[in-house]
Amino acid sequence: MDNAGKEMTAPNSSEKTLLMALEEVQQEYGYIPGERMQELAQAMNIPVNDVFGVASFYSFLSTGTKGKHTIRICKSLPCYIKNSQMIIEAVEKELGIKPGQTTEDGLYSFELTNCIGACDKAPAMMVDDDVHGDLTAEKIGKILQSYK
Amino acid sequence: MPEQRIVLQNCGNIDPEQISTYVSREGFKALEKARSSMSPQQVIDEVKASGLRGRGGAGFPCGLKWDLASKSEGSPKYVICNADEGEIGTFKDRHIIQNDPFSLVEAVAIACYALGAEKGYIYLRGEYRFLLGRLLNAIAQAKEGGYLGDCQIAVRQGAGAYVCGEESALMDSIEGKRGEVRFKPPFPPTSGLWEKPTVINNVETLMNIPSIIRNGAEWFNGYGTEKSKGTKVFSVCGDVEKPGVYEMVLGCPLRELVESVAGGKDIQVVQIGGATGRLIPASGLDTTLAFENVLGAGAIIVYNTSRDIIDIVYRTVDFLAEESCGKCTPCREGTEVMREIYERLVEGEGRKNDIKVLEELSSTMALASLCGLGQAVPVPVTDSLNNFRAAYEARIK
Repeated sequence: MDNAGKEMTAPNSSEKTLLMALEEVQQEYGYIPGERMQELAQAMNIPVNDVFGVASFYSFLSTGTKGKHTIRICKSLPCYIKNSQMIIEAVEKELGIKPGQTTEDGLYSFELTNCIGACDKAPAMMVDDDVHGDLTAEKIGKILQSYK
Repeated sequence: MPEQRIVLQNCGNIDPEQISTYVSREGFKALEKARSSMSPQQVIDEVKASGLRGRGGAGFPCGLKWDLASKSEGSPKYVICNADEGEIGTFKDRHIIQNDPFSLVEAVAIACYALGAEKGYIYLRGEYRFLLGRLLNAIAQAKEGGYLGDCQIAVRQGAGAYVCGEESALMDSIEGKRGEVRFKPPFPPTSGLWEKPTVINNVETLMNIPSIIRNGAEWFNGYGTEKSKGTKVFSVCGDVEKPGVYEMVLGCPLRELVESVAGGKDIQVVQIGGATGRLIPASGLDTTLAFENVLGAGAIIVYNTSRDIIDIVYRTVDFLAEESCGKCTPCREGTEVMREIYERLVEGEGRKNDIKVLEELSSTMALASLCGLGQAVPVPVTDSLNNFRAAYEARIK
């Protein structure tokens, strides 16, 4: 967004920025539907392209439908050397889907992600906002079943 | 030099949900002292005299940053705490916020007082959403306890973007935009958040402030080396017996941290400062951890002799290619070409020219990239080429 020449003003503390509004939509729907993006564009008087630009930039915002729960396995080096591949395979086996896919019942989406800051408990993953560390293949089934 | 707790002094000693446990350990005494007996300029001068340098990796003198923002025209002014640690292998700020959110709140309030700032923001990475409640609770309790006065502190959340740890991208993200890096100058103290004078400090940098104000710059000066005062908090992981968060006096040997404290054995190489940090081979373990030497933001990943150095660099470059924001060509294209080369090398399919291309790309990217990400991509590449050349040559057909 090019704001050259325009004096910038901070929003009032009650005013939401576009990213904050999108984070709220993400929390409510589990993804950001196209209609919501159009509504936001109108409300904020900006092109819908800009709304999509922000929504597509952040990996925790999704413009496509997602499962009820999102599993994110860390693929970064500290987890990788502690055999995160084994955890990835355990989740694939448990759910019958690959990274980037959602289960048919719409319960779980499965993604790989970069460092989640749980390297002292590698290999680690997030399910929604929760961090699960010191994982073994055996622990996966029980953890996933606790999210219904 | 031993472990020493300045930043982590309250971690494990207070209940992070109960402000009374913090107050009973001199909590908010520094803020009170600053407001009742020091002018804003005196606070800035004390921080300057302490020699405190930024703990996010760049090491810029904290007091000077505050002074620049304080003297900049334009209002309102803003304070931002960068809690977007996304560097691979970093988890120190998570540990700090988990165990002592109150010191951080006090530090942000002191910074706001020193700068005459209207508002402080804490930018928390999306991956740490589980800490949001604790942080908001700490702010609310401080407010209810009357410690904050009219200082407003708000939390803003990231949404999964490594580059937002870079200060200008972070400010764009707080403004609600794509987190893309800005051209510099102007720097944040002149034109930062909403183009207003802004101080942006790492969590750990700010955590030092209450102790410096309570005990004075001279006390702080007593720790560390000539150019690196105080302590540094490290997150150590990888091939060590005791992964975790450790606070060491600056200038301590790398060997002491990774072998004696964290219990690393048969070390091949240590990655210091995450993906854009140095790769120090075993022969360099006696180097000291200090700004004048090697430091970064405190991420320490230890690899033992069973690990493949080419695979380590491949995964590092792969990560940086993914997280490049795409704004400038050297970084966007350079990381892609490097990724292709390492894909080949890992498979043992390297081409004759690959090492030469890596070297050429490295020098171009270091010179011409817009921000610290692109400029530092060559660091692990060059370090590994210098120290593990034979491993590269063995992968070329």
